[in-house]
Amino acid sequence: MLKILRKIMATGTVTESYDVTAVPARSRGEVREAKKCASCGACSSACPTGAVRLGNDDVTIDQRACIFCGNCIEACEHGALQQTGNYKLGELSNQLEEMGNELKAKIVRTLGRSLAIRHLDVGSCNACDWELTALGNPVYDLQQYGIDFVASPRHADMLMVTGVVTRNLTQALLMTYEAVPDPKLVMAVGACAASGRTFGESYAIQGGVDRFIPVDIYVPGCPPRPQALLYGLLLALDRIK
Amino acid sequence: MIKNFTVSVNNLRAAANACYSKSRHGLLAMFANDERPINGKFAIYCIFDGRNKKEMLLVKAVIDQHAPPEFPSLTPIIPAAAWFEREINDLFGLMPIDNTDLRPLVLHENWPLGVYPMRKDFDPRTVVPEAKKEFPMAHAHGEGVFEVPVGPIHAGIIEPGHFRFSQAGEAIIRLDAKLFFTHRGIEKTLEGMPIKRALFQVERICGACSVSHTLSFSQAVESVAKVEIPERAKLIRILIAELERLYNHVGDVGNLCAGLGFAVGTSNGARLKEYLMRLNETLTGNRFLRGMVVPGGVRNDLPGELLTQIAETIDKLEVDFIQLVELLQENDQFLDRVNTTGILPYQAAKELGVVGVAARASGVDYDLRRDKPYGGYEQIKFEVPLHRSGDVAARLWVRVDEALEATRIIRQMVTRIPVTAKKLKEPIPSIQPYSTGIGWSESPRGGNIHWLMMEEENRIYRYFVRSASYANWPALTVAVPGNILPDFPLINKSFELCYACLDR
Repeated sequence: MLKILRKIMATGTVTESYDVTAVPARSRGEVREAKKCASCGACSSACPTGAVRLGNDDVTIDQRACIFCGNCIEACEHGALQQTGNYKLGELSNQLEEMGNELKAKIVRTLGRSLAIRHLDVGSCNACDWELTALGNPVYDLQQYGIDFVASPRHADMLMVTGVVTRNLTQALLMTYEAVPDPKLVMAVGACAASGRTFGESYAIQGGVDRFIPVDIYVPGCPPRPQALLYGLLLALDRIK
Repeated sequence: MIKNFTVSVNNLRAAANACYSKSRHGLLAMFANDERPINGKFAIYCIFDGRNKKEMLLVKAVIDQHAPPEFPSLTPIIPAAAWFEREINDLFGLMPIDNTDLRPLVLHENWPLGVYPMRKDFDPRTVVPEAKKEFPMAHAHGEGVFEVPVGPIHAGIIEPGHFRFSQAGEAIIRLDAKLFFTHRGIEKTLEGMPIKRALFQVERICGACSVSHTLSFSQAVESVAKVEIPERAKLIRILIAELERLYNHVGDVGNLCAGLGFAVGTSNGARLKEYLMRLNETLTGNRFLRGMVVPGGVRNDLPGELLTQIAETIDKLEVDFIQLVELLQENDQFLDRVNTTGILPYQAAKELGVVGVAARASGVDYDLRRDKPYGGYEQIKFEVPLHRSGDVAARLWVRVDEALEATRIIRQMVTRIPVTAKKLKEPIPSIQPYSTGIGWSESPRGGNIHWLMMEEENRIYRYFVRSASYANWPALTVAVPGNILPDFPLINKSFELCYACLDR
């Protein structure tokens, strides 16, 4: 017992605010157009998920489908693309953006101060799931924001969904969504859930989460780092200053 | 060296039996391949461990396309074949005669009868109608026996699987698991894909075993392409693979504490794992070490300042981790829960072909890094920890010992990498169509074995993945009965099986 107490005291507080730690130099975040694109198409054919699209004289990256592998940057001979460490890529869906301000304020009033989340894996590789688990470690301490994971969808305000929707989990997705009481939010976590394209087309895959249920927040990443998830959560609750 | 034997399907059992009796660790993998477009035949492949470090035995049995789609089951002589055969039956429609349990495994009640997605004439874009079949679960009968269904959606942040417990009061008398919920059909989507692109899907079979799967894939490609990778790449790969082992084991020691409500252990394990994940991102740009291992070598170098950072982090972590382990070793309430709980007997581990931590905790002394050395492991010094009691405690102590052993290997790499030549990668030449290769690596959970057959233009004809969790899941249903239901989460955590690795 004394040893346990000594360990607790010696460790001290390790919890930090989510965006204080600098992003490592090699961290693979958002891919941006750094200089004029030559429209050769090498990047888009190198992309494993079809996230890089070539316009007339520019290139656009579908952040939701991007797995941040950097293959497009290696393929580009003109140095037009650049990988940054930016992870704050969470975005609200149109439905949440377009919702009247009054209604939005009401949701924030209802859910904003304490949010109960149910995790739902509909076909993930478990990397996103492990990052959700990491949110509860003493460094990120999700509870410091008044947010926590709960054991049942019936206790939840939000579903955090990971993975491409597999054929074998479609029923579980629909039933879990039904079980969450209104009003509810849905976050598509990572490239699989947000785009459904990570593993291509297969007999066992049905697509992204928004093919089946309305999604309010998309958080890109493969997997999104815990800070990116926290950014997405706080964005949904209108708590990003 | 791989010794190949090709037999007709009628001789499969005899040939398999001969190899099995000569083998040290039994059946490693068994799968089918639709070779009708090449030679008009289906093939069943069985890979056995050989008797010595260099040897693997591969039996290929061929079934003519006009013959009945069936083969003699190996399960009566080799229990480890049971799930492989059910999978072949599901995905290829080739029936193992004499396998007494042919319930569906991979395809659930929503999949119609008579549609076999891994056959070459199945177009991946086919819209397969929803079926509404029954999914039979195994039961126990008797007065007062009741069932507890759990999942596929669990109460924590856990992957999906359905468990059916047959209970006599608190005691579990039978456990059946319905898995493959996250089955993504990766082996099918890889078919026809260039190896350069296939890499990204293989890397995403599983998050926590990303490096190991990529390593097995790359080594399979390198073996078929006859490429020898540069020395520096070998050492960087070992370093990365051991970092994967370390973060998994450290995190799992913490997670095990969660299985019995020891919060100090849980949060310390999670804290230490976080430091390692941050180190991973600093080194490779990804917290799961993705994007480092590629066929032919590694993608990025690890310059001196990063190696120094690794050494510093590992030194600090080791002290902290040993203090955490001491909190467990001297804690009677903790030991009371883990000792003699969830025993996997030696004989069961051996017959089911159990691998990794689970095997080495039940006295099965087998580690691919030492017993089938690959990718430079033959030149480095390390111990393979072994425990014999087969309980939750044994699996925990094996993890602890292996984590500490991993820090020693990492330190060796930190000193050895700087003195190697700078070259990181060899190009992959054009590969002979229909040649085959095997790649393997010891993941934190045990051996991951990948087999591939190539076609034209360096595209994949067939890909097969035998993950560590595939070999170990059936062992869980052996270790659990006789324990009480509240101990199930603890036993399950001590095996630490991936669902994504199994389901693919």
